[in-house]
Amino acid sequence: MTSEGIGARVLRKEDKRFITGNGNYTDDVKLPRMGYAAFVRSPHAHAKVRSIKTDAALAMPGVDAVLNGHQLVADGIGNIICGWMIHSKDGSPMNMGQWRALESETVRFVGQAVAVVVADTLQQAMDAAEAVEVDYEELPVIVDSRDALKEGAPQLHPEAPGNLIFDWEIGEEAATNAAFDSAKTIVSMDIDNNRLVPNPMEPRSAVASFDAAEEHYTLYTTSQNPHVARLVLSAFYNVAPEHKLRVIAPDVGGGFGSKIYIYPEEIACLWASKRVGRPVKWTSDRTEAFLTDAHGRDHHSTAEMALDENNRITGLRVNTLANLGAYMSLFSSSVPTYLYATLLSGQYNIPNIYANVKTVYTNTTPVDAYRGAGRPEATYVIERMMETAARQIGMDPADFRRLNFVTEFPHQTPVIMCYDAGDYDASLNAAMKAIDYAGFASRRAQSEANGKLRGIGMSCYIEACGIAPSQAVGSLGAGVGLWESAEVRVNPVGTIEVLTGSHSHGQGHETTFSQLIAERFGLPTDNVAIVHGDTDKVQFGMGTYGSRSGAVGMSAIVKALDKVEDKAKRIAAHLMEASEGDIEIENGELKVAGTDKKLSFTEIALAAYTAHNLPEGMEPGLKESAFYDPTNFTFPAGTHICEVEIDPDTGKVEVVNFVAADDFGTIINPMIVEGQVHGGLVQGIGQALLENAAYDEDGQLLSASYMDYTMPRADDVPSFKLETTVTECPGNPLGMKGCGEAGAIGSPPAVINAITDALGVEDFAMPASPSRVWQALQQKGMKEAAE
Amino acid sequence: MYETTYHKASSVSEAVDLLKKADDGKLLSGGQTLIPTMKQRLAAPSDLIDLRQIDELKGISRQSDGSIRIGAATCHADVAGSADVKEALPGLAALAGKIGDPHVRHMGTIGGSIANNDPAADYPSALLALGASIETNKREFTADDFFTGMFETALDEDEIVTAIVFPATEKSAYAKFPNPASRYAMAGVFVAKGANGTRVAVTGAGQDGVFRVKEMETALNGSWSPDAVASISVSADDLISDIHGSSEYRANLVTVMAKRAVAAA
Ligand SMILES: Cc1cc2nc3c(=O)[nH]c(=O)nc-3n(C[C@H](O)[C@H](O)[C@H](O)COP(=O)(O)OP(=O)(O)OC[C@H]3O[C@@H](n4cnc5c(N)ncnc54)[C@H](O)[C@@H]3O)c2cc1C
Repeated sequence: MTSEGIGARVLRKEDKRFITGNGNYTDDVKLPRMGYAAFVRSPHAHAKVRSIKTDAALAMPGVDAVLNGHQLVADGIGNIICGWMIHSKDGSPMNMGQWRALESETVRFVGQAVAVVVADTLQQAMDAAEAVEVDYEELPVIVDSRDALKEGAPQLHPEAPGNLIFDWEIGEEAATNAAFDSAKTIVSMDIDNNRLVPNPMEPRSAVASFDAAEEHYTLYTTSQNPHVARLVLSAFYNVAPEHKLRVIAPDVGGGFGSKIYIYPEEIACLWASKRVGRPVKWTSDRTEAFLTDAHGRDHHSTAEMALDENNRITGLRVNTLANLGAYMSLFSSSVPTYLYATLLSGQYNIPNIYANVKTVYTNTTPVDAYRGAGRPEATYVIERMMETAARQIGMDPADFRRLNFVTEFPHQTPVIMCYDAGDYDASLNAAMKAIDYAGFASRRAQSEANGKLRGIGMSCYIEACGIAPSQAVGSLGAGVGLWESAEVRVNPVGTIEVLTGSHSHGQGHETTFSQLIAERFGLPTDNVAIVHGDTDKVQFGMGTYGSRSGAVGMSAIVKALDKVEDKAKRIAAHLMEASEGDIEIENGELKVAGTDKKLSFTEIALAAYTAHNLPEGMEPGLKESAFYDPTNFTFPAGTHICEVEIDPDTGKVEVVNFVAADDFGTIINPMIVEGQVHGGLVQGIGQALLENAAYDEDGQLLSASYMDYTMPRADDVPSFKLETTVTECPGNPLGMKGCGEAGAIGSPPAVINAITDALGVEDFAMPASPSRVWQALQQKGMKEAAE
Repeated sequence: MYETTYHKASSVSEAVDLLKKADDGKLLSGGQTLIPTMKQRLAAPSDLIDLRQIDELKGISRQSDGSIRIGAATCHADVAGSADVKEALPGLAALAGKIGDPHVRHMGTIGGSIANNDPAADYPSALLALGASIETNKREFTADDFFTGMFETALDEDEIVTAIVFPATEKSAYAKFPNPASRYAMAGVFVAKGANGTRVAVTGAGQDGVFRVKEMETALNGSWSPDAVASISVSADDLISDIHGSSEYRANLVTVMAKRAVAAA
């Protein structure tokens, strides 16, 4: 390896353009004759649209068109679909309601697009959008998922009687019930997971253009997976066949899941660009982002855990109600099912698990995968249960976890997942050491002397990444395969382009992916260009989410590199009249082992392209592609420990110490991994302490701006202590597991476990905002006074 | 944002003229409240009259009677950083240094803040507790008369705040509990002891904006100590209740912040 190979802290190649303000984002794209779109959005959470009057708007300066859902349907644009089929326990398929890109009959959440205006300037488009008169007849509203299934509840979709989308189960119910029948101890809790708004720094944006001569569309968009976007736009939304549609996702400023999906606005821009005969741009403002980017989480669960007389877990029973919002977004059904309940075993040996998940419609923004997607919810359930159980039986929370850890691999859980490798003791030990767990009592005494409450809490998380083995997910209902593809193009002068189906929107792929080439050929990373985000350039790809770009995306690159290396060696052997097996690659040179014969990588590349002297029968060129389909998920795991100090006078919680000890398998660039962990932790701590999407009873989002939605800031979090332990993933060539979501998955229960410890209460629902913590202390004080 | 016409005024009288001529003109100072409101299309002034280039509205001076005069277009960072303010009115300097973030502090102005009278803004508490007077192009107000309710002041439509004068004060301190999301005040308590007697003014919590707590003032006149106010609480009835906290929580914060401000003074 060179100084830039695997394990090196190479500075991010992409940062030069980002830090100097020279990134090229969708909103930077300006096309000749481009018009601007502004959407007319519903101010009501549930209403019938009686009429849409557009005359006044159409007469305004610069306005090209005012289009609504009736025209969209007439033009054959298809409904927005959920691409993962879930069957209820009775075998019936999920009840998917119709979702149109523009809805001109019944609106079901505040902010839903009813019509779109295209005009010469953004100002004109916005002015005209305000002049569109929509006559609404308000309908009763459901906000809380617990109200959706009630008798007499308003009905949202004719396709979903009782607002039920599906009633799904996993695990053996009878065996689990039997475990509870013979349990020594049963621990039960209600556990909620609060709704979050993703808030990527760059809001969504789309620029669509239609070339009438070629009948061809181009869409620039903020997507985490441009090929998937093209696939659904073509196959389901009937915008254009795939070969007549190019999707480009240029620089994208954060996604966190919210940019996986195909939204109404992108469809409307494409459709409108043909109707008005000019390119159409739309960029979300922050309010639109709050109202229309798919939200995350929003679960209500009840969980029960059964323990035997040795305090070993014998069973886990979970009932979860998940709010999917007003419509089923692209992967919404998979999140509270296969991405959630399959992780309920945590790091523990639990012989019996049964989970029932019901999902419902409400008059709220659609909910889909958000950093972690299902796994934070699972981790929250299991790690809150572990903490509560330990306290209930009077065992140290670390010892109780250790007693129940999975220690032998592979380990088949009762909920599909088969853990391939791990060492949970190692990460627990590393975290306890780093936070000085033993010294906590004296730190607590110190805080008490200052009038503060101090608490400590841990979370031993596991998650499933490297999404995903195609056959397995296909059997579970996925509408797509989840392999990845790569192409390695060596240019005649020896520089290299790597085309990947992964997409970087903050992850630093241009750097880490280049490090693979540095490792393999000893070439500088500056000689490598990573090409992604353009369906005309990259053969195909499933994109970036689920911490899959390392374990799956880089594995595809490795497979292509194997082929390149093999061919380069054959050429070298031929030119140097040696045997292929004797060729070694080092520092950008191909050498004949044990001799001083060598050729540079550039000379080999040139030879491949001049083709003057290649081995008999060999094709010219040095360019290889590969598809990689994983054989299993990967299982990053670790321990987070959080220490908080609470000001009892104000209820303010300060995270004073936070340690994350993670096992991500092989790490390509530790600096980038630390950045991913930091970001994830801030999001997880944000969920636990600060963030909350709050609706009023009419379905208005109260926290629809940063004045009311508490985004974590740098001074809300401490300087993190990070440790890594390594068990290599046996399932992929690099031994990688994935690190993108772990921070957000593991941290919320660690924070809440620390807070309940500090407050001396059993439960506390997220977010632990100052007023809610103060309220809990008041209630506790009153209860104690009464006793 | 709707279309608007921008004017740069170079004197107060020119600003008054421009405002008179405009259809629906608005004064623009730091723009930290007005511009976001316009961007959200919640305000649509036909004309903007920028006050920030008017020399007579800028600057901080210590006057012969020991009072501090601050021009209306002086930004928060200048107040926070002023040696005179730090020495004479440490509570005011500290308050200005806690408004928003560095960007906001370098754009937002004291005149804009008090003219806007956001119930969660910090400055109104200082003006009321310190017994400041507010000079305009027409007259002079006491702080007690100036703040008349949530987002409301005694200013006429065409009246321009030109300066704020803070009398010399023996003690001053401000304690703020920020709203976790906006970081405006959930409860900010300014305490002062000086020519105007002892005063306690609360911002962030009241439904009608800033208010004084006379009971605390009396107690502090008796003994200037945190304990003196520790058992005094304001009624929750007239306090704000929202997703960030109930009125009872805000009432508690008022007492806690009052204690902390007294301790810091
Ligand atoms: C991100 C952010 C965070 C903030 N945090 C805080 C905070 O923590 N605490 C806090 O107190 N404030 C906060 N603010 C508000 C900030 O202090 C503003 O500067 C202030 O509210 C308005 O001052 P301005 O100079 O920007 O006025 P502008 O926005 O220009 O004007 C506000 C209003 O006052 C009028 N006006 C302006 N000057 C005069 C004048 N001389 N005479 C008469 N009328 C006038 C305008 O016509 C307008 O109606 C924050 C603002 C932002 C954007």
